[in-house]
Amino acid sequence: MFGAGGGTSSYEEIEHTDVVLLWGSNARNAHPIFFHHLLKGVHNGARLYVVDPRRTESAAWADGWLGLDVGSDVALSHTMAREIIAAGLHNETFVRRATSGFDEYRAHVEPFTLEEGERITGVPAAMIREAAHAFAKADRAMICWTLGITEHHNGVDNVLSLINLGLLCGHVGRYGSGLNPLRGQNNVQGGGDMGAIPNKLSGFQDIESDHEARGRFEAAWDTTIRPTHGWHLTQMFHAMETGELRTLYVIGENPAQSEADINRTRRLLADLDFMVVQDLFLTRTAELADVVLPGSASWCETEGTVTNSERRVQRVRKALDPPGDARDDMWILAEIARRLGHDWGHPTSEQVWDELRSLSPMHAGMRYDRLEALGGIQWPCPDEHHPGSPILHERLWLDPVEGMLAPFSPTVDQRPFEALDDTYPIRLTTGRRLESYNTGAQTGRYSSPLHRGESLDLSPEDATSLGVVDGEVVRVSSRRGAVEAPVRVDEALRAGLAFMTFHFPDEVDVNQLTIDATDPRSGTAEFKACAIRVDRINVLAATGD
Amino acid sequence: MDLTLTDAPPSEAERDAVDRVLGPPASGWDGGARDSTVDSRIAHGGHHARGRRHELLPALWAVQERAGFISPGALGYICRRLTVPPAEAYGVATFYALLSCEPRPPRVVHVCEDLACRCAGSQDLIAQLEEQVGPEGTLTADGAATWFRSPCLGQCDRAPAAMLTVAGDPATEDVLAPTSAGAVLAVLRGGRAPAPPGVAIPQQGDPSLRLLRRVGIVDPASLDDYRAAGGYQALRNAVSLGPEGVVREVKDARLMGRGGAAFPTGVKWEAVARQSARPHYLICNADESEPGTFKDRAIIEGDPYALVEAMTIAGYATGSEHGFIYLRGEYPAAHHALHHAIAEARSRGLLGADVMGEGFAFDLEIRKGAGAYICGEETAIFNSIEGLRGEPRNKPPFPVTHGVFAKPTAINNVETLVNVLEILSRGGPGYAETGTEASTGTKLFCLSGHVERPGTYEVPFGATLRDLLDLAGGVAGGRPLQTILLGGAAGGFVRPDELDLPLTMEGARAANATLGSGVIMAFDDTVDLPRLLMRIAAFFRSESCGQCVPCRVGTVRQQEAVARLLSGRTRGGVDGELALIAELGQVMRDASICGLGQTASSAIESAITRLGVFSGGAR
Amino acid sequence: MTPLLPKRMIEVEIDGTPVRVFEGQTLLDACRKVGVDTPTLCYGDTLEPKNACRVCVVEVEGARVLAPSCSRKAEAGMKVRTDSDRVRHSRRMVMELLTSSVDLSTTPDAAGYAERYDARPDRYGPAAAPNPDRDRLRAGHHVEPDGDTAATVASALKDDNELYVRDYGKCILCYKCVDACGSQHQNTFAISIAGRGFDARISTEHAIELPESACVYCGNCIQVCPTGALMFRSEHEHRAAGTWDEAAQTVTKTICPYCGVGCNVELHVQHNEIVKVTSPADHDVTRGNLCIKGRFGFQHVQRR
Repeated sequence: MFGAGGGTSSYEEIEHTDVVLLWGSNARNAHPIFFHHLLKGVHNGARLYVVDPRRTESAAWADGWLGLDVGSDVALSHTMAREIIAAGLHNETFVRRATSGFDEYRAHVEPFTLEEGERITGVPAAMIREAAHAFAKADRAMICWTLGITEHHNGVDNVLSLINLGLLCGHVGRYGSGLNPLRGQNNVQGGGDMGAIPNKLSGFQDIESDHEARGRFEAAWDTTIRPTHGWHLTQMFHAMETGELRTLYVIGENPAQSEADINRTRRLLADLDFMVVQDLFLTRTAELADVVLPGSASWCETEGTVTNSERRVQRVRKALDPPGDARDDMWILAEIARRLGHDWGHPTSEQVWDELRSLSPMHAGMRYDRLEALGGIQWPCPDEHHPGSPILHERLWLDPVEGMLAPFSPTVDQRPFEALDDTYPIRLTTGRRLESYNTGAQTGRYSSPLHRGESLDLSPEDATSLGVVDGEVVRVSSRRGAVEAPVRVDEALRAGLAFMTFHFPDEVDVNQLTIDATDPRSGTAEFKACAIRVDRINVLAATGD
Repeated sequence: MDLTLTDAPPSEAERDAVDRVLGPPASGWDGGARDSTVDSRIAHGGHHARGRRHELLPALWAVQERAGFISPGALGYICRRLTVPPAEAYGVATFYALLSCEPRPPRVVHVCEDLACRCAGSQDLIAQLEEQVGPEGTLTADGAATWFRSPCLGQCDRAPAAMLTVAGDPATEDVLAPTSAGAVLAVLRGGRAPAPPGVAIPQQGDPSLRLLRRVGIVDPASLDDYRAAGGYQALRNAVSLGPEGVVREVKDARLMGRGGAAFPTGVKWEAVARQSARPHYLICNADESEPGTFKDRAIIEGDPYALVEAMTIAGYATGSEHGFIYLRGEYPAAHHALHHAIAEARSRGLLGADVMGEGFAFDLEIRKGAGAYICGEETAIFNSIEGLRGEPRNKPPFPVTHGVFAKPTAINNVETLVNVLEILSRGGPGYAETGTEASTGTKLFCLSGHVERPGTYEVPFGATLRDLLDLAGGVAGGRPLQTILLGGAAGGFVRPDELDLPLTMEGARAANATLGSGVIMAFDDTVDLPRLLMRIAAFFRSESCGQCVPCRVGTVRQQEAVARLLSGRTRGGVDGELALIAELGQVMRDASICGLGQTASSAIESAITRLGVFSGGAR
Repeated sequence: MTPLLPKRMIEVEIDGTPVRVFEGQTLLDACRKVGVDTPTLCYGDTLEPKNACRVCVVEVEGARVLAPSCSRKAEAGMKVRTDSDRVRHSRRMVMELLTSSVDLSTTPDAAGYAERYDARPDRYGPAAAPNPDRDRLRAGHHVEPDGDTAATVASALKDDNELYVRDYGKCILCYKCVDACGSQHQNTFAISIAGRGFDARISTEHAIELPESACVYCGNCIQVCPTGALMFRSEHEHRAAGTWDEAAQTVTKTICPYCGVGCNVELHVQHNEIVKVTSPADHDVTRGNLCIKGRFGFQHVQRR
């Protein structure tokens, strides 16, 4: 946010905040231990508002649940902002001193009256007003979000619209007030930190514009670094389609099951000239590969670090020997380098980390022994005496503000890419369940009473109008594909809204349905919204269709 | 809260019973019909929804009374209505003896097997039921009724006693006292309960009575009669004194709590009044469950407005706008009388937002206990009111700062509260002229067992045990006195040669005894004292909440030791068992969380040390 | 950090030794500070003290009854005895009462405490036969004992899911699992105390099996269980087979591989097999807690 990509608060702060706005996040299931901290806050008196099309397990705890239409997040945020400004509840001092672009923002949200907000989002105006006032009046308040915000074709605008809300009320950069994306995977934050994104070197140093940083990396690595942004995932698939990308090295990812519009993805992967897959398992992606390198489990068969959603860098350690011919991932990389003519030797994870520390100022103070002693350290940690940074952007509260002002960002209210119509009249949104994770490559290998396979979750109203009952297997189709799945009637859904996961792709290949409409800036596909139809199978059979 | 409820639906009757006590559901999310336009867009499941937890026990009672037991469907519906996790609701329901989560027929007779009723032949009565119906819990031939043994029903002055509960709409609860095997069998077969016994006290009409002066004389249902007999003058006096003035009078009166702990009431009220945290609460402890105790019932049944007025004064003095009366579940007549009195007082502006037009608010709510002796412990009452298991809390913190709902709370016994009327009529110093220096005022005693005229008696502090025994006409039938249980099951036995014991707080303490709740239960020479001790041991084993090890296991081991003394199959001889009982007593006294465990051995130990039972001293 | 007033120090005396502790700290903290080894069973450092077991009681001068050191806050000037006759008596009796009624074979420290305080649990007689109806016992009712045997809480093993087993014959009713499942950690409330007195037990509603209940298999109850009444299936099976070997186990702290919260996990590994997963109690992120994935979702590294 405003530079480095990471949440601004620590988990512990949510235990002492006054209002929590949980937006597009079912943290109860997707981030259970974060939700522990959140519930401590609730038990300490914090009021919780949950924005989600479904009344999720998280929403069930809310003082107010706002069941908006899928993809109307920007409109809801605008409506709340407009109401806050109209009621004179925004933090004028903070806005004046620490932000820029307020006048444009105010003009931009002006048309979004409560009535207009209700019309667009479907949430009753009184509920929007209640949440807006609670958030604005709170001494401390937090906004937390997850993939419900980002997995949209306008995901970046969704995020920016929430940041705008935080800025409007001064709910950022203070203890108990912050803006926090909850990361979906154990090192998605660390991947960004380390530079595994197309536009940044390690430590969020821009590969194009930060010449000084690039120079340090070039000196350290004794090579030239092209000062151009690379491709993000969506662009890579686009490049495969245009023939620009012919070779792919996939480490620990299963795109052949996890990508939206999966039939297209598989076709593109299969058409590559050469693909290497390095993974724990012979995944569906690995089955398409020319070479498969059995890797190791990064969390228990190797040494290293990961970064969590509060920017805390923590050590992972080897507890088990990998089985059979599986090798440490770093060993594999070093061997490939050696066989390509670059002898790196076989550095330890600590040696690699120390090199990183020498190049990434925000990690500079994070010696392995300090990570151990302090139970992890939150970046930035610029030197070896620095305790780490529980809160980001405290500078915005200095008078005068240190560094650049935090800008309000203009964002555009848009509907999901794929509109509903008579042929595909139901909105399908996707998400996670508690016991499972992503494509189930890991969680499919343990069993529990919670594992109940894939289902098409439907509202009671839709189940009635479709004439289907709990457990009945139906055909679910989108413009891109069709799957069969048993129905599960769920009161958390409203008429016209259906829900599935992609935890069980071997049984129900849900990503045949999803759409690869992606946000051009983040490269994230709109997993949260596509149009489907649901048909009874026995009726199809009866009509000979 | 993300509740997980089983699919079992409530019956229409169960749903209706719950809705009547809780009001209709507000949305599809809390048990109503799903409104597909509103419920699909908004829900309020937060603090407000969870804040209804304190209505759990009333809701459980509603189902118990309608259906006779709490089915999984009914429990689930209550949980949905109140946002309570079902495991917790089940934990609460199974804590109370009068609630059942297992199927039960609609008609149940609870037959007292406790101490006073034993003196009146309850063992024979129970033996006949066992013979004719079967062991407790056996269904009658038509499957519509059963019976259970019960701890003391608080009807010791008209023993033997039983209570009939009939589930339905309306449900009925009737006390049968005195009763007989024939009468119990008749109601088990579907017969109607006889008319309830009226309120009667042996001293009725005695001009020296103070707390009891209206009992049996003034119509307990009539507010006008209560006023004509001096009612509500004390509240007028209180208002003219102001809250601090009331506290000063109570302190000057040196009123001490009558619940057993003898804490100075004025000090307690002052401490609550001074707390800055709001709101303050007032609770009347009417969970009169100590075996042999029935004095509070006499007041509530016979003079309910006195309690309502006294609580209004206490609320005024402590700055509490809301008062709870935690009334034991086995007192249907008292519940009826009090419920009526509260409604009348409210309709006449004597309760409500502006009491007597004097600009202060106070209202009352009855909370019905459900069969748990431990809920007479003050912090257990808080938990019970809050919809939790009635387990005592650790102290500190104390109720004056962290009482019910963690707010400053004044909690007083019924008898303590009605004394306040006397104080505000006579003035604090005037009140203190009665009694002794350290024990001021009058005291109610419950005489039962083998006495000629059992009942509730009022005497000035300072009267001796002999005085009371004489008032009650001495030992029934002129038989020799074997012993007296003073203070209840948590009290102790005294010898016939100790009758000159002055019944004051200090006198009892000096004699290493306790007045407890004012129980004076006499036993003649026919009583099998070891069997009586077995019953006392069983009582504590049944009533322990189970929270702490010393009491939870100690009461069981104590009962087993007494059982071995009874059977003669001792381990380590009689002396070994007596030493074991002493050791168990000490750990329960020293290390239990609350007064139940701390006193669970006192009667048994007193019988051993004071009477020499088991060592050839008694009998 | 949240702005807090600096804490005041107060002085108390433990067995004649003065010790200064922060206001708000407990007598147990004070005892530990002066190196007085105090037995505890129901105390758990991630939970509010329940002080149900009473094995940690101490004698505070001037108090009528003993005080549970785990929860009693130190007050300036308190004089505390930790080894008086009364204290030793209560600790001995608590150990006798527990040992004679509960299977403490997998409770670490229990045997040591019993020996230290000279507990003689056998003097209550041979153990009574288990009560098969224990899950449904009615509050306020019990069958009168003859005293020839000593009642116990023995009951059948609850084996109703793939992940963990419950052996409530080993349960000392410390409430920790209920508190961890409830408002202090997990807020799932799948279990509660049901019944009353000696018949009180940990139960789901109507004693339904876990798969029918609200249980989400976070295992946070197992983490806090001090007795082994709650146990990983893997540990239970190893123990049954006689292959449980703590000496051969390593414990490695690492980070859960799933969502981005970054939970600390401790992998207990025996012969290159994960046999149990715990979480460090003293880490801010987790405070001893995990979800089902972190606790049980490790099979993928063992079966490939």
